Amino acid sequence: MIEFLGEVLAWFTDPAHWAGVNGIPNRLWEHIQIAVAATALAALVAIPPAVILGHRKQGGTIVVGIVNLFRAVPSFGIVVLALPITIALGLGFGFWPTFLALLFLAIPPMFANSYTGVAEIDTDLVEAARGVGMTDTQCLLGVEVPTASPIIIAAVRVAAVQVVATATLGAVVAWGGLGRYIIDGFAAQDSVTVFAGALLVAGLALATEAVMSVIERVLVPRGLKTARNEVAGIAV
Amino acid sequence: MTAAFFSWQWVFDHLDDIWEQTVEHLWLTVIAITVGLLISLGLSAYVLSNRRAYGPITWTTGVLYTIPSLALFAFLVPITGLSVLTAEIGLVSYTLLILVRNIVAGVDGVPASVLEAAVGMGYTRRELFFRVQLPLAMPVIITGVRIAAVTTIGLVTVTALIGQGGLGFFILRGLSLLFSPIGTTQIVVGTVLSVVLALAIDLALVGTQRVLTPWARSKEAA
Repeated sequence: MIEFLGEVLAWFTDPAHWAGVNGIPNRLWEHIQIAVAATALAALVAIPPAVILGHRKQGGTIVVGIVNLFRAVPSFGIVVLALPITIALGLGFGFWPTFLALLFLAIPPMFANSYTGVAEIDTDLVEAARGVGMTDTQCLLGVEVPTASPIIIAAVRVAAVQVVATATLGAVVAWGGLGRYIIDGFAAQDSVTVFAGALLVAGLALATEAVMSVIERVLVPRGLKTARNEVAGIAV
Repeated sequence: MTAAFFSWQWVFDHLDDIWEQTVEHLWLTVIAITVGLLISLGLSAYVLSNRRAYGPITWTTGVLYTIPSLALFAFLVPITGLSVLTAEIGLVSYTLLILVRNIVAGVDGVPASVLEAAVGMGYTRRELFFRVQLPLAMPVIITGVRIAAVTTIGLVTVTALIGQGGLGFFILRGLSLLFSPIGTTQIVVGTVLSVVLALAIDLALVGTQRVLTPWARSKEAA
């Protein structure tokens, strides 16, 4: 065991693993790039309509149905299933099937959590805002969105962590990222590389959670508590 | 178009194979949930008598939940190999956060007046836990089991990458036959059946809840 950990340490200190396309810096950068792009685009697509529908309280049962259904969708299946689709579209292997799968998996929970966050605001609060003469838009942007912001931001945090995790599976469809070490290590039956890759992937996922928690604490308005446990996610 | 991507012929020719992997998938899930539930009940019972343990326990299970499944399996492979044990340790780890949280929340939700009444009737602490708190917490606990079960079914597909059976087997084999309709058919079969299995288990658990909490049902009727 000690010997094995020594080999893992040697793997990390080998300069060859810090340079080139298959070096840690490049793989890490690929992983971060696709995760940030997918999370940001998914947030742009999911949150505005969710907030507006939540404001109007339309479509609640559909939203709950979506969350339950999507928890049942296996991310591994979606990543692989995206591949014949991107090939048919002429987008090929690697980045696009992974990106498409990440979007597909990140949008529903972000949409549903944001919807619920706005729809379940205490009606007294909204009526008070109207009572002091706020217009519909003022009420939405000035009261409802800030009040729901802990849940919306927590939904983005949860989605970001899931996207980082799912991006690991991108290695299966020839994307780079840190999942490469695990998948290539499996193929070569090289347990040192597999273990090193697992350390990197786990580290990145935990770092994402930590960074997003800091952002969350900065963004959530003072006087409101961050939403730790109220947000539904999936494990990948 | 459809014919090029999906072959019903393949499905009809491989019904035995599909059935076998579906059963395997179900077994991997049932074992993970059962073991996860037993461990979580133990952890929750401990938390309920030692409140200070709740923070560290949710922190630890939270870290396990945050680690991507492929990485968690990869950590275990050098130790336990490409085995069912590796798959199950990973799968069980993912259930703990959800289950502990729901068991503790469920037990905490039991009204204090009910507890006082039970203590007044002479229930010991053990009887109180097993005959009052646990049954009354059942709806919240089953909600946790539902989430854990549906999540686990999705994660079982990933165990194909560490050489296990289940519906992920079709996804992985489909990937290697990508440029033939037989390949895409298998990817679709693996993914769709995994969703169907998850929804079926979810429904079955809703049914279980109705059986285990007859008082809630009679309230509905009234």
